[in-house]
Amino acid sequence: MAAATIAADRGSLGRFLARHSIGLFLSAIFIAPIFWTLLSSLKPPPEARQPPLPPWPTTGFSIENYVALDSFGAGLWHSAQNSIFVSVSSVLLTAVISLLAGYGFSRFTFPFKNLFFIMILSTIMIPFQSILTPIFLLLATFKLQNTLTGLVLVYVTLQMPFSIFMMRNAFDAVPKEIEEAARIDGARSVALLTRIMLPLVWPGLVTVALFAFLNTWNEFIAALVLMTDQEKFTLPIMMTAVQSGRFGAINWGAVQAGVTVMMIPCLILFLLLQRFYIRGLTAGAVK
Amino acid sequence: MSSIPSSAASGPARAARKTRTDRSQWVGLLYIAPAIALVTVFFVIPLGMTAWMSLHNWPLMGGHSFIGLDNYVAIAKDTRFWNALKFTLYYTVIITIAIFAVAFPLALFVERPGKMTGFYRTSFFLPVVVGFASASLLWSWLLNVDSGLFSPAAYQLGLTPKKVNLIATFDTAFWSVIVMVVWKVAGFTMVILMTGLQSIPGDLTEAAKIDGANAWQRFTQITLPLMRRTLALALILSVAGSILAFDQFYIMLRGGPRNSTITAVYWIFNQSFVSFKLGYGAALSMVLLVILVVLSLIQLRLLRNPEGT
Repeated sequence: MAAATIAADRGSLGRFLARHSIGLFLSAIFIAPIFWTLLSSLKPPPEARQPPLPPWPTTGFSIENYVALDSFGAGLWHSAQNSIFVSVSSVLLTAVISLLAGYGFSRFTFPFKNLFFIMILSTIMIPFQSILTPIFLLLATFKLQNTLTGLVLVYVTLQMPFSIFMMRNAFDAVPKEIEEAARIDGARSVALLTRIMLPLVWPGLVTVALFAFLNTWNEFIAALVLMTDQEKFTLPIMMTAVQSGRFGAINWGAVQAGVTVMMIPCLILFLLLQRFYIRGLTAGAVK
Repeated sequence: MSSIPSSAASGPARAARKTRTDRSQWVGLLYIAPAIALVTVFFVIPLGMTAWMSLHNWPLMGGHSFIGLDNYVAIAKDTRFWNALKFTLYYTVIITIAIFAVAFPLALFVERPGKMTGFYRTSFFLPVVVGFASASLLWSWLLNVDSGLFSPAAYQLGLTPKKVNLIATFDTAFWSVIVMVVWKVAGFTMVILMTGLQSIPGDLTEAAKIDGANAWQRFTQITLPLMRRTLALALILSVAGSILAFDQFYIMLRGGPRNSTITAVYWIFNQSFVSFKLGYGAALSMVLLVILVVLSLIQLRLLRNPEGT
């Protein structure tokens, strides 16, 4: 009896060790490239040109790669500012517009309501890559060609199906009684939305904002096509130009630095808001 | 829904409710108006324009002229487009198999909560939130022949007589992209499959265990059939993402070696924004669009009524 328990324990200990050595090994594979880049970006430039072993700087940490990156084209910080402007504006606009639309679709009846809803949702089936040419021409017509504002409007449009779907569900989950009680207490439509409803649909709005940020911060092909002026490059476009050697010989240290700048906000936001991300995934999946 | 009781109401009550409904109709439309305006201007109109432009010879500079279906006739003869399409489908099949082969074991590994499970889930998932452009740039560095990871390491360990340029031949370049994409997106598919696994009632597998079914039998006869919807969903998402692949092939390979890794979207990009044949690009877009809509409809059917249930 006692021997059997010990044997079972040993078996489970063996399984425990096997499980966690596999787990740690797999985790290392997935995380390593990210940390490798972060560490390598801090190597002095001569070392950054060498093969990346060991991953950490051996002759002291240096921010020279970041400084070097600022000398390419319009500069790293300029592109970073463009990216920040585009992403933050897209997030704010997406949040406001989808909050309003989600409320409208959830709480009101009006003609062609279903038609409008299907129209917005069905844009998810049609790849926007196939409508980039007319968007390019339309922006030129509106004198928004090569402007960050134009890019923001396109990005916000692309966020609409997911965001409105998400916000409508968030409003649907709020009991009608809460709203009716507030209405009896004299709250008007807009006050009702901002004071009573907003705190209740907040988690949905955070999810929408998180997805909007990650999508716009990382978006590539639309920015590549629509932004032709170096001054207007977002980070991914600027970095692709650096990596392709458009500004002279390829400086891999600078590429590592740029990739680090591009990854850090996404990693931080995800680690802080993980549960909102998973909420968004399951909402999209359950649909 | 609210219109049903109002028709049953009578007299002044009906009138009052009617004005209320009218007002709220107006208000509801007002709330959705910004969204509708955006989607109309930046999606619906461009979609119509694509169809219109596809019937024209439309250079970037100078006027455009109506040429009917000539662009489509040209597409039929455009072997490079068909090759790009073939390559895209090949990539889609391979990457989907590769992602499932990695993501399914990962999902089984992190399905049950336990010590460190949260850490494992997060670390497997972390590459998902990194953008495709960042991931492609990162891996183009790791793949670089001189200052990258793989070639110099293999050379230093004596595995290769000299440093091998991994993006110089089709096979090594293609599989390098596959490895990168699996690294980047396996965590996403893992989470989808994980939620599917978690929705399988535990008593079902317990009962099968008591009846003497071994792990493999339990997996193939209980887990897989019950996961049909989840599997279909993960499949749809993987196919939809892969068929539009562009970033990784543009950034990591520039379509090379010798234009062998040009995807459908990449070819449209080349025609529209490198050669500036906007009308022809629009016609190519229409063809891709039709292919995708047909594919989506097939997949939706797959998701709606899985055979056998």
